[in-house]
Amino acid sequence: MKDFLLVFRTDFSKMPQASPEQMQAMAKRWMDWFGSIAAQNKLGDRGNRLVPGAGKVVKSDNVVTDGPYMEIKESIGGYAIVKAKSFDEAAELAKGCPVLGYGGNVEVREVMTM
Amino acid sequence: MEQSELIPHLFRTEYRKIVAVLCKLFGIDHIEIAEDIVSNTFLQAAELWGLKGPPPNPAGWLYVAAKNKTRDYLKRNANFAQNISKEIKNISSTSEEIEVDLSDQNISDSQLAMIFVTCHPCNPPEAQIGLALNLLCGFGIDEIASAFLTNREVIYKRLQRAKEKLREEKIKIEQPTVGEIDNRISPVLMTLYLLFNEGYYSASEDVTLRKDLCLEAMRLAYLLTEHRQTNKPEVYALLSLMCFHSSRFEARIGRHGETILYYEQDNELWNQDLITRGEYFLNLASQGNKLSKFHFEAAIAYWHTIKEDTKEKWENVLQLYNELLIIEYSPMAALNRTFALSRAYGKEQAIAEAEKINLSGNHLYHCLMGELYDGVDNSKALIHLQQALDLAKSAADRNIISYKIFQLNKSSE
Repeated sequence: MKDFLLVFRTDFSKMPQASPEQMQAMAKRWMDWFGSIAAQNKLGDRGNRLVPGAGKVVKSDNVVTDGPYMEIKESIGGYAIVKAKSFDEAAELAKGCPVLGYGGNVEVREVMTM
Repeated sequence: MEQSELIPHLFRTEYRKIVAVLCKLFGIDHIEIAEDIVSNTFLQAAELWGLKGPPPNPAGWLYVAAKNKTRDYLKRNANFAQNISKEIKNISSTSEEIEVDLSDQNISDSQLAMIFVTCHPCNPPEAQIGLALNLLCGFGIDEIASAFLTNREVIYKRLQRAKEKLREEKIKIEQPTVGEIDNRISPVLMTLYLLFNEGYYSASEDVTLRKDLCLEAMRLAYLLTEHRQTNKPEVYALLSLMCFHSSRFEARIGRHGETILYYEQDNELWNQDLITRGEYFLNLASQGNKLSKFHFEAAIAYWHTIKEDTKEKWENVLQLYNELLIIEYSPMAALNRTFALSRAYGKEQAIAEAEKINLSGNHLYHCLMGELYDGVDNSKALIHLQQALDLAKSAADRNIISYKIFQLNKSSE
């Protein structure tokens, strides 16, 4: 088994303001997805969700700008680590990610082992 | 109480108390001496009371006899006196008198210290459970062998090895300090959890013995809650879980020792008193901000004490299984999550999830698939139940599966 990092991206500015009920339903979908991966014994680390919106980008010349990136609308909403035999298997796990349900995408990357 | 019952009864209640106190007094190197002294005390009681009748205060008599035997032993055995007396803290260098403190407080403290010794992770889990049963619960080798469905030689060797290991590792019989508790309590709780499960899920047909194992696990967990250092939220969570489970003990075992599944249980037989206690302990468990797997398991067990099948119930159970699996994977939790999912979101979705969990070597997986396909595709349900029957080992499991196959065939006709 190898570790794969899943990075969830979406354009948060396009997300409609959710009611508390919708927020709860969304949280449930995330938990169901993590639970599904965990039930296959393939969850490495549930990672974290990030607060949408503001961020900073620090550049090499000590310049700090508001980020994430002006030119790209979508930003990272969270990450998790899954255990899988191959890229295909990791991508298969990513297909259930709730971020896909609201216009986002999941980047799948293999974690380098030392 | 009849004389013939008196000594076995006292053996059950007092042996473990005196052993704990003497073990703590003598240290890990001399557990056997402590056991010998207490065994001899009971032997003497059996002989003497058989002739003269029991004394007015039998337990008090045992305490005094055990104290005297300990003193005699120390006086007689110069070697012991030289090597061990040093280790005994209560003895002053000038006095020959040794105080064997059999007060309730010291018994309780000694038993607490012994829990941490018997459940020490230097021994494998089955050895820890064996030691706990032997030294903390006063179970004989035969009873332990019967609980583990093995013979007395296996258990005898297992206990000897386990005690040897404790000596090698120089494990001290003492209560862990407040700073150590957090690290040391987890393996202890795990052992008590396994001890409980041994009774609850055992294939042993001796129902009384199984119930005793559960009660002992609960007694020890309760002991932990009575001490300030160990009354942690996760201890309450474990105790709560045990209360909820054992509330169904009567309902889940039939007249012939057969297992009765949850949906077929007569909930009139569920023990409301234990359910209430479970709720009480679950409340106490909700202090603090750390959630252990016992919290989630207790909360799942709580929902199972509510007979009504509502969507709310199963959605909650599903979320709790999600949380539990994220903390720690286990095949049982993965199967149960899928079952909860079928109740919350329907069978089709559950079948899709079940196909991902990759437990096709487990008879319970095929039982679950049989259940999920029941009414969706009965021929597939039958194939899975047949596979379950081929994989199941215990007679109780095979009976349940055969019955399901029979029911399914009948409904398909």
